[in-house]
Amino acid sequence: MSAPAGAPHPHAAAASARIPPRLGAAAAPAGPSPTPHYQNGPAQNQMQFPPGYGLQSQGYVVPSGLYSQGPGKSTPLPLESQYGTDYHSGHYTVPTQNVTLAPGPSTVNMQPGSQQVYGRGPPAPHTVGSTPGSFPGGVASSASHLHTGRPQPYSSFGNHYNSPGIPSASSSIASQGFPLTSGHYAMSTASGAVYPSVSYPSVPAGDPYGQVFTSQSTSVITQFKDNSFPGQNTAVDHPPQQRLSPVGYSASSWAAPGPQSTQDNLTQNHIGSLATAGNTSNAGSSSCAEKQNIQLLKTSPAPPTVSSGSISARTQPPADRATEPVASGTQPPELLLQEGMQYGGYVNNQASSAPTPSSSTSDDEEEEEEDEEAAIDSSSTTSSVSPVPNSFDVLEGGSYPGDTLDPLSSSTTSPAPALSVPQATKPAKPFGYGYPILQPGYQNVGLSSGAQPSNPAYSGFQQFAQQYPGMNQLSSSLSGLSLQHSSQQPESLRPINLTQDRNILPVTPVLAPVPNLNSDLKKLNCNPDSFRCTLTNIPQTQALLNKAKLPLGLLLHPFRDLTQLPVITSSTIVRCRSCRTYINPFVSFIDQRRWKCNLCYRVNDVPEEFMYNPLTRSYGEPHKRPEVQNSTVEFIASSDYMLRPPQPAVYLFVFDVSHNAVEAGYLTIVCQSLLENLDKLPGDSRTRIGFITFDSTVHFYNLQEGLSQPQMLIVSDIDDIFLPTPDSLLVNLHESKELIKDLLSALPNMFTYTRETHSALGPALQAAFKLMSPTGGRVSVFQTQLPSLGAGLLQSREDPNQRSSTKVVQHLGPATDFYKKLALDCSGQQTAVDLLNAAVVCPGDSPGEPWPSLSLAAQPLLKQTTVLLAFLAVLAHMELEDHETCMSKYSAGCIYYYPSFHHTHNPSQAEKLQKDLKRYLTRKIGFEAVMRIRCTKGLSIHTFHGNFFVRSTDLLSLANINPDAGFAVQMSIEENLTDTSLVCFQTALLYTSSKGERRIRVHTLCLPVVSSLADVYAGVDVQAAICLLANMAVDRSISSSLSDARDALVNAVVDSLSAYSQTSSTSQQSALIAPTSLKLFPLYVLALLKQKAFRTGTSTRLDDRVFAMCQMKCQPLVHLMKIIHPNLYRIDKLTDEGAIHVSDRIVPQPPLQKLSAEKLTREGAFLMDAGSIIYIWIGKSCDNNFIKDVLGYPNYASVPQKLTHLPELDTLSSERTRSFLSWLRDNRPLCPILHVIKDESPAKTDFFQHLVEDRTEAAFSYYEFLLHVQQQICK
Amino acid sequence: MAFTFAAFCYMLTLVLCASLIFFVIWHIIAFDELRTDFKNPIDQGNPARARERLKNIERICCLLRKVSGSPPWGSQDPRLSLVVPEYSIHGLFCLMFLCAAEWVTLGLNIPLLFYHLWRYFHRPADGSEVMYDAVSIMNADILNYCQKESWCKLAFYLLSFFYYLYSMVYTLVSF
Repeated sequence: MSAPAGAPHPHAAAASARIPPRLGAAAAPAGPSPTPHYQNGPAQNQMQFPPGYGLQSQGYVVPSGLYSQGPGKSTPLPLESQYGTDYHSGHYTVPTQNVTLAPGPSTVNMQPGSQQVYGRGPPAPHTVGSTPGSFPGGVASSASHLHTGRPQPYSSFGNHYNSPGIPSASSSIASQGFPLTSGHYAMSTASGAVYPSVSYPSVPAGDPYGQVFTSQSTSVITQFKDNSFPGQNTAVDHPPQQRLSPVGYSASSWAAPGPQSTQDNLTQNHIGSLATAGNTSNAGSSSCAEKQNIQLLKTSPAPPTVSSGSISARTQPPADRATEPVASGTQPPELLLQEGMQYGGYVNNQASSAPTPSSSTSDDEEEEEEDEEAAIDSSSTTSSVSPVPNSFDVLEGGSYPGDTLDPLSSSTTSPAPALSVPQATKPAKPFGYGYPILQPGYQNVGLSSGAQPSNPAYSGFQQFAQQYPGMNQLSSSLSGLSLQHSSQQPESLRPINLTQDRNILPVTPVLAPVPNLNSDLKKLNCNPDSFRCTLTNIPQTQALLNKAKLPLGLLLHPFRDLTQLPVITSSTIVRCRSCRTYINPFVSFIDQRRWKCNLCYRVNDVPEEFMYNPLTRSYGEPHKRPEVQNSTVEFIASSDYMLRPPQPAVYLFVFDVSHNAVEAGYLTIVCQSLLENLDKLPGDSRTRIGFITFDSTVHFYNLQEGLSQPQMLIVSDIDDIFLPTPDSLLVNLHESKELIKDLLSALPNMFTYTRETHSALGPALQAAFKLMSPTGGRVSVFQTQLPSLGAGLLQSREDPNQRSSTKVVQHLGPATDFYKKLALDCSGQQTAVDLLNAAVVCPGDSPGEPWPSLSLAAQPLLKQTTVLLAFLAVLAHMELEDHETCMSKYSAGCIYYYPSFHHTHNPSQAEKLQKDLKRYLTRKIGFEAVMRIRCTKGLSIHTFHGNFFVRSTDLLSLANINPDAGFAVQMSIEENLTDTSLVCFQTALLYTSSKGERRIRVHTLCLPVVSSLADVYAGVDVQAAICLLANMAVDRSISSSLSDARDALVNAVVDSLSAYSQTSSTSQQSALIAPTSLKLFPLYVLALLKQKAFRTGTSTRLDDRVFAMCQMKCQPLVHLMKIIHPNLYRIDKLTDEGAIHVSDRIVPQPPLQKLSAEKLTREGAFLMDAGSIIYIWIGKSCDNNFIKDVLGYPNYASVPQKLTHLPELDTLSSERTRSFLSWLRDNRPLCPILHVIKDESPAKTDFFQHLVEDRTEAAFSYYEFLLHVQQQICK
Repeated sequence: MAFTFAAFCYMLTLVLCASLIFFVIWHIIAFDELRTDFKNPIDQGNPARARERLKNIERICCLLRKVSGSPPWGSQDPRLSLVVPEYSIHGLFCLMFLCAAEWVTLGLNIPLLFYHLWRYFHRPADGSEVMYDAVSIMNADILNYCQKESWCKLAFYLLSFFYYLYSMVYTLVSF
């Protein structure tokens, strides 16, 4: 069995490789016509311009330039001047290369037109000759043009494309359309000699193109071009070439005729292959599959008893199968060209869509029923390959995934004991691979009725075979495979008894689960850091989702700083015509001219321009365009996407200069940071900047160029604020730089002796709004106390004595809608307000009134926070007055909050402010952004979380977007997804970059659909679920009450776990069972309940609570998870074991510890990474060596209470600790402060409050919480 | 044939009920307008369009809202409101039927009265007059809820309109 099955097509690629040659062989005798379109392209050109081959080939090359660069960006080449109109963009490099290289290849080409000679000849000389010149040139040009300043992505692209695996992947995706082409690629690559003979009388031209199609490196391509020129020149002499030309490229320009002709060819080819050959052959194959199924059905009843007989009976179909392709493959060359084409199409179809029947090695997504059936068959055949004779029966039996009932019987009946073993161990879900039901849905009820009670494991194997076909080829025995398989597979579903298994926290950071897609799609899928779904297996129906009791939603980090991002410049951005989805890797190409939208299923045309691939500079491969190869891309939008010129970067800084603020001393730090980072502010030559200060009046600064020094203009009429000199308050950063610097250095001292204690924030914001409304931009508000004058004044609302009562929640809502309205106005004017609150604790405060300003500040802030415009992210520098945080909410701003800020009394906060400011000022920024989230028809998005204004039911309006902003959305399933196996989500963020470019960043995520509850549980992304729950809980506590929110969180655990225990059989009623994928769920929820945002008790200030809630709403998942569940490491014995290398440094990776005091030993030192703060806890009897080597103190007693820096000591352990620490810091946008805490220091409560598994005054320990949950479940 | 107080009540409510129906229809139209938006992102990326859309949303929400105490900052137009008149008219119905001792009719209206009270006092807890909040109205679930609510009310008012008509004739004819 194994021989026939394995031999024909071990890989899809291999299959295609083999067959094409044959096709070529067949085609050769028949004549020129069969040549694929791209081949025709060059040939035809040659036909057209016999004398000017070189030129034409350039013309051909040119389009690449056009595509990659977009029209008009590049200067037309002299050579191309003829084509200049059509292809304005030429590669300068190309012509030069042509010139230089021409001699070499030309000589080769000069050889009389024997095709074979050409086929062989060109490659060698070209590579040799061209490599020096053309390679770098080609790469450089493509990189520079395509990437507009980002060389990396493209080059990476090139690599991407070059990788041999890609073709197969693409073919599998485009199930039907591309098989042909893939075949061709393979062909060209496979045999150069055969290839030319096939259809390429015009050897020189054909050769290069063929190779181009093989998707080799760009350098190769350029070489080919080079070669092609000379070759074509020689080719002029060739009669055959001209003969080929009949297709009729009358038009000299490539664009028009080339495509058409290619189209013709395409249609011919594809129709031939698809319609006739494809249909017939496909039908044939599918029918075969069905037949086989039928056979299986018939035979199946017998198997349990007579295994051998059944085996033999069944072996037949596979054998037929195996032979089929072979037979077809061996079809004699006499075939008509058409037939040859068909055949190729057929084979390719099989290879691509269904893992070639002969071997299951091709790993493709079964998108269509037939394919799936075929896949099953193939798997069955592969199974036949396996040495274990019974396996075949078993495989058939595998179609009874549902028969999990009696593992024992299965073990007894199943011939291979080894296989049965794993099953027996898993009472709950004995599936073979994780999601048996996923694909094998068609795994034929009929078969299951045939009923071999046993082997679910086998079914698992089947799937396994499908998914990891490569494994089949391993010589390892089937049983071995299945063992492996079963041991891996249930991992996400393996039931865990939470009450008994205490060490559930993995020692390495928890990674996002990988959707159960085939490996090609997995490769293409969006990075989980940017785009995550709470359920990586989407349930088919809302009913199923309700049964699972898990939240369904997305977590987005769309504007994340990316190291590698393909940037695409194209005059037309290809989008679905009805739903406006951007083309993405998960669309299917019906044929080469049409693609089917994966969200609304509409069939769209592929625009002409899209047929050209700028990366490989080849034509007719829309499926290899970067848009279709990358799930995260960025388009540079054409002028269609803007109705006014992109706005310049405009920054306005609003400073609080009341007594409180001056006392805190934040102004010095801010001005200093601004001075340092003035040149690094993102922007271009149009960047504008302005300043406003306020106490009880509002001060403007005239910085008009030409003034000798800044003018301060005071407006004291705060009830009716106006702009004194509208033109000169916002000035060009570069023209007035000196004045700005003067102002920034003078500002800190200007208000030193102020007696003004009032704060007129509202009027200042109104002024800022008026100033910004013509352009939009970013307003950074630094505020230290509650606004007490003018519009928007706020009263302190918090009574510390009532903190424990539930009434606090009332204050979570805004006290006035002034800020909300203002924020909406700002949002409408594309202005974002960032609120920076510094809460200052005045040292002089009497002990009896610990939070005088706080309470005042807290209440107004609260109002703002929840209701206020989120547009103000105030770096709160002063005491408690951070209520304005809310302002940032609706204007898509961000909020920073520095409680107890004082430049001398609290230096760590000051340092944090400084570092945060640096990041804040220099990070990327996008202006006037809108974000739209689309999802496959049937799903609908109903609630958004984050800082923005919802402008339409699926459109978010963001005045600014910054790389640190995260979003969450909740979804529901409105229509059943039964007729689809994949769902996709697409986020498109349209923004104006600081350079004045309009850009669109598109992320696409693809997930499988499942129909069983177990699969839903298997795919839970627990971190995403927790973050979504946190967002929902914040909403709940604002709209209802804090206790409601807490109850809802607990209920989320109770419901999901009880729903799981109901599905997972009735074993162990008393135990609290969770699938592995959910094992951390209770722990995280408990951690959430102990967060500042949701905890009860009197120790939480209102401001802190509100700020924590704001954080939950707008932090991206990675950072939020650290806040919710900090990471604890033991660092007194760092070793290099498992260390990673980051930019020349060795970063040790200590294991994660449970967040429990039981893990803390007096002999150790522990580091806790809690997101915005890092603690190092030193045990009482900590090793003196550690203290000496790392902290720089002789012994424990001499370590000071407040230590916020690690000294740079020249010892190994110090080096390790510091590199670990800096690695932790580098991973996040805002610099966390470091606190070194001794065991007896008063600050240790801050540390211990993060130990969420321990009992606290008002909260459960982890074990108690589990018992509580269990009680609730049993109720 | 007697022109009783009850008959008067029914006549009055008949007229007022017609106005309520118009209110609700206006609601439905407003929500529909909120929901429909151009799908063309090119247009939506346009800042001018953004402003326009935002103003539109705000305007609609302001119309829907209960009377706001002071005109919010930056707005010039006087605030219309539909919610409070609707609620108060319906409250008046109940009061009149109570006085007229039309217990059955009162019983029919009581559930809606309580719903209105609940809705009025259980506004989103953010303190301002945000029966319909411009910033949250566009969340699909809230919008859906509001739309359904409007349709249900429309049905209720229409039915009650005919019921009042019948009752009016009935009380006028009978003694």
